[in-house]
Amino acid sequence: MFEVIEKKVLSPQVSLLKFKAPQIAKTRKAGQFIIFQIDETGERIPLTIADSDPDEGTVTLICQGVGKSTLKFNSLEKGESIMSLVGPLGKPSHIEKFGTTVCVGGGLGIAVVYPLAKALKEAGNRVLSIMGFRSKELMFMEDELKKISDELYITTDDGSYVRQGLVTDVLKELIEKGEKIDSVFAVGPVPMMRAVCELTRNHKINTVVSLNPVMVDGTGMCGACRVTIGGATKFVCVDGPEFDGHQIDFAELAKRQNFYRTEEKISLDKYNEHKKCWESEAKVK
Amino acid sequence: MSGNNLTPKERMQIQRQHMPEQDPLARNKNFEQVNLGLAEEIAIMEAKRCLQCKNPLCVTGCPVGVNIPEFIKLIAEGRLLEAAQKLKEKNSLPAVCGRVCPQEEQCEKPCILGKKGKPVGIGNLERFAADFEIAMGVAKIPPLPKSTGKRVAIVGSGPSGLTAAGELAKLGHSVTIFEALHKSGGVLIYGIPEFRLPKKILNVEVDYVRKLGVEIVNNYVVGKTETLDGLLSSGYHAAFIGTGAGLPYFMNIPGENLNGVYSANEYLTRVNLMKAYLFPEYDTPIFKGRNVAVVGGGNTAMDAVRTSKRLGAAHSYIIYRRSQAEMPARIEEVKHAEEEGIEFRLLTNPIRVVGDEKGWVNGIECLKMELGEPDASGRRKPVPVKGSEFIIDVDIVIIAIGNGANPLIPMTTKGIDTNRYGNITADPKSQATSKPGVFAGGDIVRGGATVILAMGDGKVAAQSINEYLK
Repeated sequence: MFEVIEKKVLSPQVSLLKFKAPQIAKTRKAGQFIIFQIDETGERIPLTIADSDPDEGTVTLICQGVGKSTLKFNSLEKGESIMSLVGPLGKPSHIEKFGTTVCVGGGLGIAVVYPLAKALKEAGNRVLSIMGFRSKELMFMEDELKKISDELYITTDDGSYVRQGLVTDVLKELIEKGEKIDSVFAVGPVPMMRAVCELTRNHKINTVVSLNPVMVDGTGMCGACRVTIGGATKFVCVDGPEFDGHQIDFAELAKRQNFYRTEEKISLDKYNEHKKCWESEAKVK
Repeated sequence: MSGNNLTPKERMQIQRQHMPEQDPLARNKNFEQVNLGLAEEIAIMEAKRCLQCKNPLCVTGCPVGVNIPEFIKLIAEGRLLEAAQKLKEKNSLPAVCGRVCPQEEQCEKPCILGKKGKPVGIGNLERFAADFEIAMGVAKIPPLPKSTGKRVAIVGSGPSGLTAAGELAKLGHSVTIFEALHKSGGVLIYGIPEFRLPKKILNVEVDYVRKLGVEIVNNYVVGKTETLDGLLSSGYHAAFIGTGAGLPYFMNIPGENLNGVYSANEYLTRVNLMKAYLFPEYDTPIFKGRNVAVVGGGNTAMDAVRTSKRLGAAHSYIIYRRSQAEMPARIEEVKHAEEEGIEFRLLTNPIRVVGDEKGWVNGIECLKMELGEPDASGRRKPVPVKGSEFIIDVDIVIIAIGNGANPLIPMTTKGIDTNRYGNITADPKSQATSKPGVFAGGDIVRGGATVILAMGDGKVAAQSINEYLK
């Protein structure tokens, strides 16, 4: 069992949970992920590790509640435990001194971008960060990212904070005003990563993205997470999760993400229905 | 006919007792066991067929060297618990082996009765004795020797790891199994379906290994959570690697990444380990197709195709490029599949998975094949028939053509040699790898083999580790 020792609600959809997991904390490097399973009937969900503290023996996970498992995960409170947490899985990020790097995060992608940006900064890079959200209320980790970035840009789809627009608008401006960019890291929804890669491809800027497809075991045994990279099939769990963004077949990746859309909805509806029952029961009491 | 006072002639007059089975048209809609097990009097009758050969050939066919005539004699005498204990002297997982071993290729193959009639049903009797002990709930733990103070790390809780662990514990060593998944048993829990090996039975046998003093640490990926070298420098004196094959092959044909294409590993793991057949009670989903094609002719292919039928498919096909004679699956599995309504498309080779514009499978294009000259495996090589392309309408394709070696351990461990397929090289006599103190067995060494061969490796490795630790 793995115990929640700290919880913070970062936005209406996003929570931060810190778990006691000394062995994972000891070996984890930036870019790696874990797979969690809440209980016996739960499913196995991969999440990039946002932070770890080997002295304290903890790993920090940031999760966006969209389906049953992630909503249930975000409803966990301090002192509660989950059945399993396995990792650190995948290859660590390739961090070196590139020069100027742009770190682009969209939505939950910020949680993955933050440790990356931090490691890049520590390696001596000039770090320009761009974070995008649908609206201000969904935003999180602004202060954390500001602290480690040389420059921080924020966009919101609805213009409710800083500037209206997409992360790619900012990236495009940076490129056009002649900023010499040596590498780009982008993590977020598939359409965002795809748009970033299309933009940087034209300017021949190396771009790395971190993928988060459906997985089961996370050790290469099942192949659920396969993705086409430069025409060859790779397993994200063992070959990734980070890849050269210019080699990824994003169209295929986007389609594969819809594989279980019907089942995910059934699960979510059932979960919401049960939740309503619990809530009304609680009221009666 | 009482006890063992029968003459050989009388014994030979007894017919081989039939294993009762669930009705095919009922069982292809549920996940209950197909083989129901022998009743006590039937098992005793079967046991009486054994001639108690002075030089029993059956034992030579058993990779773990079970004293077969002895345990059968105990059944014939009605000493059923003693029979189970006799089995366990050599085999920690008899209820598993009684169900999944290919006895017709091993112990039962050289049985003298098989020369003229049918061999003794050794596998069925093994299962009977093991199940009897489980039902009685009185599994006896053998007296364990004084601790040697030596610690052994076992990587993987599949058949080879469990066997090595059990043997080493019985020799007084302190054993820890590290298992990547949240449940123990390896392929026995994620791969083999409930209808062939109920999890309840498996769990009893895993618990037996625990009761021998073995500690199992789940959710621990050696090579990631900690390296093997890390374990060895933290106080383990020796290690056994039994990580299985675990890297599914695909065919490298167009369309394999469409939605609806699974590796057999993924399909079976979702259903067996994650219980997707109970969705939405269990959260892990599985796509239930109307028409399912399974590519391959091995036991895993049979498990996958029979599972798809149970999940409600109207048509479940086996697509295999050779003929039935070349199929590597056990005859019993093929027979069971046929009875359950599985449709075999033999001498048929897929060349493309066909999909719609949204990325979903809607067919599989195949070529007809004919058999040519024997190839390196001794089986006649299938040759495509020109212009014979045709499409089978399916919405799920499951690829069950075998596994490569999982690279996690070789990649992260210093000094472990592998062959050109990535399998760990181990001395077949001792299971020793190129790294001192590290032994390996099962599919990570052999490629795709069987549960019992993996167990045999685990057993040999345990003896070698014991020697190494002296």
